[in-house]
Amino acid sequence: MKSLILIVITSALINNVVLNQFLGICSFLGVSKQIKASASLGVAVIFVITIASAVASLLYDYILAPLGMDFMKTIVFILVIAALVQIVEMFLKKTSPAIYKALGIFLPLITTNCAVLGVALTNVQNGYNFIQSVLCGFGTAVGYTIAIVLLASIRSRIHEEDIPAPLRGAPIVLISAALMSIAFMGFSSLNF
Amino acid sequence: MNKYLERLYNGIIKENPTMILMLGMCPTLAVSTRAINGIGMGLSTTAVLILSNVVISILRKAIPDEVRLPAYIVIVASLVTVTELLIEAYLPSLYEALGIYIPLIVVNCIILGRAEAYANKNEPGVSAMDGLGMGLGFTIALTIAGALRELIGNGTLFGANVMPAGFEPIGIFVQPPGAFLVIAFIIMIMNAIGIKTRQRKLVESSCDGCCSACASRCEKAEGGDDK
Repeated sequence: MKSLILIVITSALINNVVLNQFLGICSFLGVSKQIKASASLGVAVIFVITIASAVASLLYDYILAPLGMDFMKTIVFILVIAALVQIVEMFLKKTSPAIYKALGIFLPLITTNCAVLGVALTNVQNGYNFIQSVLCGFGTAVGYTIAIVLLASIRSRIHEEDIPAPLRGAPIVLISAALMSIAFMGFSSLNF
Repeated sequence: MNKYLERLYNGIIKENPTMILMLGMCPTLAVSTRAINGIGMGLSTTAVLILSNVVISILRKAIPDEVRLPAYIVIVASLVTVTELLIEAYLPSLYEALGIYIPLIVVNCIILGRAEAYANKNEPGVSAMDGLGMGLGFTIALTIAGALRELIGNGTLFGANVMPAGFEPIGIFVQPPGAFLVIAFIIMIMNAIGIKTRQRKLVESSCDGCCSACASRCEKAEGGDDK
């Protein structure tokens, strides 16, 4: 039990997917202008990554590994993720229009989010079983959400400040991300 | 200018994918800890980019429009798998250093972006040059970022000691925060001397995610200056 909690904390805070592993940078920098949109994207990412890690783990353990087709994992995972996002989108549209309305525009975006494929591949690399994979996916996505909401909050403050001209736009956002990343490095000294 | 050379110039200088278009930021930030890693990652991506551009260009009339993105993803993923196996077999130390970022070339925005914006409407020859130009532009950007981080963070360049004896390396630059800082400073200097990044433009055309499929849509929205 303790080791499962450890997986969630490690993947959310210590190995933060954005600030430590640089996955999902595109949406991290692109969508973090408003706190509300960031939070919605975060929830959509938690949803998709958790399901994707579960499906990818099952596929790997019961189809790819027994057939010795380990080398096919990149192709299979990316296709499964793309299809999965479509299915989730259709499912939400039919069953809960309210959630679909809130998350809808973000779902197609997530297909190309490298964090989803990154988690699926990391799970295989670490030899995680089904439950560990799902928890690692969930933790990673929570870490992503924490990072993007924090950056959006910082950006809403930066927006009102007088920034030197060459730093406006991307540079100041990247510097904010660097400072966040320094703060998150503090988690690596957590002891269990 | 010859249209083949024009493609090279376009990829390396005019539309440098990393510095001007701000695509492919994930690998840029992640593997630029050493100059040599930057070159390795850049050249692997270049190889995939040239081959995927050629294959997609050859198949551009055979692939139905509605399913082109899944088709491109399958082509790119196959090429990446081949590249990954080759690197694992012949360059094991590079394979160790780049790790998970090799399979993640699949989701590199630059590759699907070029397929969508260039290769699917041009001849295989120029598409190959387009891939080479973009790939080299990416490689150069990664190598510069890697060299700066290695120089400041470790005091070495391509593994050789180049700094004076009294130099104290600033370790943070080879750790994750340094990646954000170095790229921020590079863009800041470019802004200060008046080289415009096009990221603002991409963001304004409401393609906030700026990743593969979306990025290519942005390039189309901008009027497709590739014609």
